[in-house]
Amino acid sequence: MTALAGRVSREARNGLLLVSPTLTYALLLLAAPLALVVLLSFWTQDFLEIHRDLTFENYRVAWTEPIYRALMLRSLKISALVTVFTVILAFPIAYFISFHVPTKRKPLWLFLITIPFWTSYLIRIFLWKVILGFNGVVNGSLVGLGLIDEPLSFILYNQNAVVLTLSHAWVPFAILPIYVALERIDRSLLEAAEDLGDGPVRRFLRVTLPLAMPGVLAAALIVFIPTIGDYVTPRLVGGPNGLMIANMIELQFKKANNAPLGAALAISAMVIVSAISIVFLWLNRRYLAGRGG
Amino acid sequence: MRTVGKLTWLHVYLVVFLVFLYAPAVLLPVFAFNSSRVVAFPLSGFTFDWFRLLLDTEPLFDATRNSLIIAVITAVFATILGTFAARASTRYRFPWKKGVMGFVMLPLVLPEIIVGVSLLVVILQLGLNLSLWSIILGHVLICTPFCIAILSASFQGLDRSYEEASHDLGRSHFATFMLITLPLVAPGIIASLLVSFTISLDEFIIAFFLSGTDATLPVYIWGLVRFPQRLPSLMALGTILLVVSLCLLVAAEYVRRLGARRTGTEASGGFL
Amino acid sequence: MSEPIIRMTGIEKAFGDVRALKGVSMEVRVGEFFSLLGPSGCGKTTLLRVIAGFEEPTDGNILIGGRPMDGVPANRRPTNMVFQNYAVFPHMTVAENVEYGLRVRIKDRNERQRQVDDALAMVGLEGFGARHSHELSGGQRQRVALARALVLKPTVLLLDEPLSALDKKLREQMQSELRHLQRAVGITFILVTHDQEEALTMSDRVAVMFEGDIAQLASPQDLYRRPVDRRVAGFIGVMNFIDVRVLGAVPGGVEVDVAGLGRVVVPAEQAPGGTEGPIVAGIRPEMLTVLFDDSDVAARVTEGEIDEVQYFGDMTYYDVKIDGIGKPVTLAMRNTAGRRVLQPGDRARIGWGPDSVLLLR
Repeated sequence: MTALAGRVSREARNGLLLVSPTLTYALLLLAAPLALVVLLSFWTQDFLEIHRDLTFENYRVAWTEPIYRALMLRSLKISALVTVFTVILAFPIAYFISFHVPTKRKPLWLFLITIPFWTSYLIRIFLWKVILGFNGVVNGSLVGLGLIDEPLSFILYNQNAVVLTLSHAWVPFAILPIYVALERIDRSLLEAAEDLGDGPVRRFLRVTLPLAMPGVLAAALIVFIPTIGDYVTPRLVGGPNGLMIANMIELQFKKANNAPLGAALAISAMVIVSAISIVFLWLNRRYLAGRGG
Repeated sequence: MRTVGKLTWLHVYLVVFLVFLYAPAVLLPVFAFNSSRVVAFPLSGFTFDWFRLLLDTEPLFDATRNSLIIAVITAVFATILGTFAARASTRYRFPWKKGVMGFVMLPLVLPEIIVGVSLLVVILQLGLNLSLWSIILGHVLICTPFCIAILSASFQGLDRSYEEASHDLGRSHFATFMLITLPLVAPGIIASLLVSFTISLDEFIIAFFLSGTDATLPVYIWGLVRFPQRLPSLMALGTILLVVSLCLLVAAEYVRRLGARRTGTEASGGFL
Repeated sequence: MSEPIIRMTGIEKAFGDVRALKGVSMEVRVGEFFSLLGPSGCGKTTLLRVIAGFEEPTDGNILIGGRPMDGVPANRRPTNMVFQNYAVFPHMTVAENVEYGLRVRIKDRNERQRQVDDALAMVGLEGFGARHSHELSGGQRQRVALARALVLKPTVLLLDEPLSALDKKLREQMQSELRHLQRAVGITFILVTHDQEEALTMSDRVAVMFEGDIAQLASPQDLYRRPVDRRVAGFIGVMNFIDVRVLGAVPGGVEVDVAGLGRVVVPAEQAPGGTEGPIVAGIRPEMLTVLFDDSDVAARVTEGEIDEVQYFGDMTYYDVKIDGIGKPVTLAMRNTAGRRVLQPGDRARIGWGPDSVLLLR
């Protein structure tokens, strides 16, 4: 028995040894800095001097001051909208590639979906500003076609523009997991459903969609979590009413010289996003378990 | 009939989606060659001026050089770290494996601003100066999960009996790794290098937080966005970057297919 | 008898809570063709991998050529393996594959080249040196794997289900080629297989494994004619199991009452497991005969009704219902010239002999 234990732990030792460089790196450059940010969020800063007495002051400000609360809620709302919009945009495309494209051409289609994302991120967002702008492509075309007399102003420098631009940026990241989930569906299950009397719509709702749910969920989380921290899109196309929490965090760290408040805002945003994600995962698991049982 | 109808709707949506998807990429070269100083419609004429103007922009070359240095070093380090983790996770069982792997994959879903802020705090608290190295540290952190994902797939696809056969034929673990394992996962390593290089080259937020006096290309571009008179040359720069990226991708795909043909594996699947 | 080439004592192997090998002890003789036979999951592949050095036993020890293998890694063992999927390196040519193990042993390039050519010729692959693995058929890949291992002149060659991926025709051809090759090189072969026919036709001795232990180690003939218990008898070929009641010992054997067949004295050597505890009578299909007319005679005769007929061309298998036996009994008849094939429902006289009855635990 001791020999057994020795051997099992040798494999474990080899595995841990092999993973240790990567793990050490992540501990040093992710865990430790995050811990420091948490610590910092309990300190205070007054101009350039940092007071190291622990206090909840930053959190009180972050959670009660109307401006921060409004920004946080707006960020959550925009992220949620982007998530829903992106997943809805992505699903039919993933479905098309998985079910209507011949196997040999699937890689080509996936490649096609990702090509636009090899343009610079910043320039891509800037181009949306051009497209949606007052003299932009959309307005120019609409005026040119005589559909409108005056350029539309509600399509740039607001939350709609932010949602549209972010959805564009994240849609391939939503297509891929949904596509993978659809690919995993055993095609004979669909034939079985049809054989048992389901029409295409019922079959889709009763078999395809439930089986694709893990992919949809992954897509939603992959989009939702990072978008809350997006900085560039709100700055370029959001206008004053489209700014998000990341812009405020940056402001606190740089111009406003209040890093502890910035840290508190960052930690708050992270905690809220994690909480929502966990609830979301839990609900999904219950939903799946309910169906299974 | 109903199937045909459904397919048609899907096709209409597909076309609309592709227009939406490709709109920025298509407009980029259009404005890059448009002679007007204003980046807007209607177009006025054809010109190479904006490309010529780029050649006279000294800071652009510095920023490009900085970005290339960062991207190359990041790609190498992230791929090495990714190789360790991918190998460990596909080959060994060890305690807390799920937790460890989940933790090293965490930057994949963490908002980049969090990574940028936390590294900034550490560097400032330690009293260190911001430099290209601080950006590299951040970029390696966010690129490693991508490398792990790509390399895990490669290692998973590698039949363990090849390594056992090599060992059985009298070769050491090291020789086996160099002669068998590495060549067989080479496509994954190339993909990992390429993807992390590209992510690093294009990454803005972390670079924005962690750059000192030396700007990276995206940080430099961010500076340009605020000057309307520089926008046409920005379009030209974007066009060049797009073309370079695509050439890189095509070259990588070519190398991959060459490798696939040599080993006779099915030449399907792409880099992403 | 000379010293065994492999001697294993009390080999244990556990994967977590699963005991894959439960104290296996056995010896393999110099120059024999040895098979490990058993259903999937019986531990035969694990045992082979323990010999090769890919798995370290949890307990027990193993000697190869008299040398203890404790802590000797696979690359230092005098064994070489032919893998189930052949593991021919896809990024190397056939010649590079065969040369792979020689590189560290032979410094002289010409000598190496000569040995590679010899090995390829031995497996019938002259002129294939420049090909890649994906340009070869399954059978050719297997030859490469063989050449690659044999060129190193191992003390023992290990073969892990090497024929399972081939179609039936090619498999039979490779079986005979492997046998010839083994005789020609004189190296000890250990073959893992789940195919009892393969094990019987190719091997000098076969170890039948169940649930991590060896149930019987014997020559193919002994295995077929004197299986030690019900499991082995059922796994090797077809065996009819019939209820039996022990009546008592008589000089030279034991008297039993076989359901449907009647009283019979069975010699002691036909009851390898003894007659204690629950036992059954076993009788092979070919030991039963249909008596077509009065000129056909047998030591004992019973009667039955044909239930099912399976016609194989050279043979016909009948399932026969015999009064007093719950399950139909399978019977095999060679289709010699002029012999009729019976139909379901036909009555038939069935002949058998006491010398074909086994008593099995």
